Parts: sequence; structure tokens; C-alpha cells
Amino acid sequence: MTALAGRVSREARNGLLLVSPTLTYALLLLAAPLALVVLLSFWTQDFLEIHRDLTFENYRVAWTEPIYRALMLRSLKISALVTVFTVILAFPIAYFISFHVPTKRKPLWLFLITIPFWTSYLIRIFLWKVILGFNGVVNGSLVGLGLIDEPLSFILYNQNAVVLTLSHAWVPFAILPIYVALERIDRSLLEAAEDLGDGPVRRFLRVTLPLAMPGVLAAALIVFIPTIGDYVTPRLVGGPNGLMIANMIELQFKKANNAPLGAALAISAMVIVSAISIVFLWLNRRYLAGRGG
Amino acid sequence: MRTVGKLTWLHVYLVVFLVFLYAPAVLLPVFAFNSSRVVAFPLSGFTFDWFRLLLDTEPLFDATRNSLIIAVITAVFATILGTFAARASTRYRFPWKKGVMGFVMLPLVLPEIIVGVSLLVVILQLGLNLSLWSIILGHVLICTPFCIAILSASFQGLDRSYEEASHDLGRSHFATFMLITLPLVAPGIIASLLVSFTISLDEFIIAFFLSGTDATLPVYIWGLVRFPQRLPSLMALGTILLVVSLCLLVAAEYVRRLGARRTGTEASGGFL
Repeated sequence: MTALAGRVSREARNGLLLVSPTLTYALLLLAAPLALVVLLSFWTQDFLEIHRDLTFENYRVAWTEPIYRALMLRSLKISALVTVFTVILAFPIAYFISFHVPTKRKPLWLFLITIPFWTSYLIRIFLWKVILGFNGVVNGSLVGLGLIDEPLSFILYNQNAVVLTLSHAWVPFAILPIYVALERIDRSLLEAAEDLGDGPVRRFLRVTLPLAMPGVLAAALIVFIPTIGDYVTPRLVGGPNGLMIANMIELQFKKANNAPLGAALAISAMVIVSAISIVFLWLNRRYLAGRGG
Repeated sequence: MRTVGKLTWLHVYLVVFLVFLYAPAVLLPVFAFNSSRVVAFPLSGFTFDWFRLLLDTEPLFDATRNSLIIAVITAVFATILGTFAARASTRYRFPWKKGVMGFVMLPLVLPEIIVGVSLLVVILQLGLNLSLWSIILGHVLICTPFCIAILSASFQGLDRSYEEASHDLGRSHFATFMLITLPLVAPGIIASLLVSFTISLDEFIIAFFLSGTDATLPVYIWGLVRFPQRLPSLMALGTILLVVSLCLLVAAEYVRRLGARRTGTEASGGFL
């Protein structure tokens, strides 16, 4: 018994020792800086001088001033739309790779899906501007085909353009977790459903989709959380009504010289996004439990 | 009949989706070789001018040099940190393992603006100057989770009996790791170096927050986006970057598969 306990604790010690450099790095450069940002959000700044008296003033401004509230709500709306859109776009592709591609070809297909992701991030967003613009690819082809007389103006410099561009950027990240979940489904369960008389639609809704839910959920969170922090896409294709909270955070930290307010906005955004994610996870757990799975 | 119908529907969607996915990547070289000064249709003619123009742009070379320095150092540090964590998580059970691993993987889902802002606050509060090193610190943080993911797969595929044989023959833990384990996971390490190099080379948001007077390549590109007359050469630059990234990633995938074959496991999954 003691020998066993000694070995287990030695194993634990080795494991902790081995992970400690990475953990220390993350503690020093992620946890400590985040803690400092939280602290900063309770300070105030006029021009270049920072006052270190703790106050809720920044949060009062961040949560009550109409401009910040509007930006926050709009960012949440855009992130939510991007998430839904991306997951819907991604699911059939993940399904296709998992169920219709021969095993040997699967890595090649996954590679094909990730290639466009390695185009320069900035240039890729800029190209969407070219595609959606007044003289762009979409308008050019539609006018050329005689489908419209005047170029469409509602496709660039607004929230639709932001949603489309962000969905394009995140869709490979959504395909991968859904694909992994679909791969884990025991194929004999599908046969069983069929043998018991379920048609393809019922089988999909009662077996495939519930079993793929963990992947769908992971995909949704992987897309939803980081999108809230993007400020390049809104700036390039969003126009004045497509700006998001991250543009304001950047403005406060850089040109407006009000880092504490920027910090309060950043922390608020993170708290809201995390809260939504937790509620989402909880609802999913209840949904799966309710199904008896 | 119904199966055929369903397959066709899925195939149609697949084609539409691939057009959507590849639209920017395909248009990039089209505009890079188009002779018009305006980046729009219709195309006017074929030219190498925009590539030639890049060669005369001095600041571009400085920015490229800065980006290469940052990417190389980031790749090395992120892979070292990734190796520690991947080895610990695949080989040992230790207390709070889930929490610890979740925490070091956190930058994968954290908005990059949060990482950029928090490091900026620390550096300014400590009274330090922004330099290439501040960008490296941020890039190591966001690249490490990718390295851990790639290296965990390598360590998992490792046959433990080789290491045990080495121990039985009297080698120390350290010697076994250097002589047996490391060569077996070397392809994973190379893949991890290449992937983190590529991520760092293209990263903009953190670099924008943490760059002082020295611009990186994406920060330099950001400055160009506002000048319409520079856009065709930007397309040329983007084309070069795309080709470089693809070569690196194909190389990474190739060595990773090679490694999977060496450790006797089936190559599966992608880069993530």
C-alpha cells in the first residue's frame, strides 16, 4: 500500500514538475496581466495620469452610456449571428467528410478545408471588400448577367458584410469539432434506428444530431467567444454602423487615452460572453439529460 | 433512389461552400497579376509590375525581417513550452490536471484583443518599452496551445515499450528522453515549429497592440490598406505570403504523417 501511494505521489510530482514551465509562463503572462486589467478597470485616468483610487465609475459609464450599450448589444448580436451562421454552414460539410468520404481521403479533405485559412488574415478581409464592393465581384457578375440594373449597395459597409466575412474566417474552426463528434458516433446505432423503422430524417433528428451535440456546442463556443474581440473586420467592411465593441476598446487604449475605461469595456465584454457560454452549456446538459442520454 | 437524391443535394451544397471558402484565395493571385491600378473587375491585362514594385519598397524588407525574427523565436519557445505540457499530460496523472491543461489551452478561445490589451497594460505599468520582445511574449502565449495539440498527438502515438526497454538497459530518464523519445516525436516537433511559425508570421491584432516603432509585416500591411494606389502590390505581397504559408504547412503535414508512420499509428486528423 505505501509503495503504491509513494509511486502515485511520485508520478503526480513528476507530472506537475514537467508541466510547471508552461504553467508558469501562462500564469505570468496570462493570469497576472488579466488580473492587472481587472484592477486597472477600477482606476481612473485623466490624460496621461492614472489615479489609483478604486471606483466603479468606469463600469457605470460602460453599462449606462447609450453608445457603449449600443455597441455591446450590437457586438453580441453580430457574434451570435456569426455563430449560428457558421455552425449551419459547417454542419453539412462535417457530415459529408465524416459519412461520405472514404477514410483514407479524410485527412486530405480536412486539409482542403483549412487552406484558405492560411491566406493573410488582413488581406483576406480586404478581399471580401473587393468581392462585395460597389464595383466588386458580386455586383459585377449580377449586372453582367442582367439580373440587376444598378449595383447593390446593401452588401458592403454594414453588419451583413461583417457577419459574412467573420463566418468565412471561422468556418474551418467550426467544421473540425463537429467532424470529430460525428466520427465518434457508433455506426451500428444508426443501423439500429433504421431497423426499428426510423426514416432518414427521424434518424438524423433522434440519433445523429443529439450525439453530435457536444461537437456543435464546442464549435459554437470556439466561434462565439473570439468573434466578440475582432476589430479588423468591422473596421474594414463594417462601415459606420457595423463597428463593434472591440473597436471602442482599441480606441480607448490607443487614441482616446482612457485605458481604465477600455479595460472596463473589455472585462464587461468577457464577463457577458462567459455568462452566455455557461448558460448555453447548462441548457445543453439539460437537453441531453432530458433525452435520457 | 432517395439516397442518390440526398447525396446530390449535399454535393451541390459542397460545391457552393467550396466556392465561398476559396473565393478570396483564388482572387488574390488574379488581382496580383492584373495590370489595372484599381483592384476590381473587369481585368485589364497581365503584368509582373506589382511584384517588381515590392522589390523597391525598403520598409517592406524591415517589416519582413522583424516578422521573421519574431516568428522564429516564437516557434522555438512555443514548441519547448508545448513539449513540456504535452509530455506531462500524455505521460503522467497529476492533481488538478484538467484545470491546469484547460488554463494553458485558454488562449485558444480567448479573444486576441484581450491578450494584446492585458500584455500592453503590464508592459506600460512596468515602465518597459514596446519592442519586438513584447510581441514575442504575446505570440508564444497564443501559439503554445496549438503546439500542445500537435505534440500531444505525437506523444500519444508513442509506444511506451521503447522507453521501458531503454530504462531496463540502464539508461537514465534524461538519456532515454534525448535518445529514444525525442527522435520518435521529432516529426511532431517539426510540425509544431512550422505551424507556430506560420501563425506568428500572420498574427496582426496582438502585434498591432504591442509593436513600438518596429512594424511587423501584418502591421505594415495594415498601414497600406488605406492607400488605394498601393493595393495591387498588396495583392502581390499576399500571393507571395500565401505560397510561403502553403509550402510550410504542406511540409508540416508531410513530416507529421512520416512521424505517425514511424510510431506505427495511423495518420489521422489535421493540424488542429
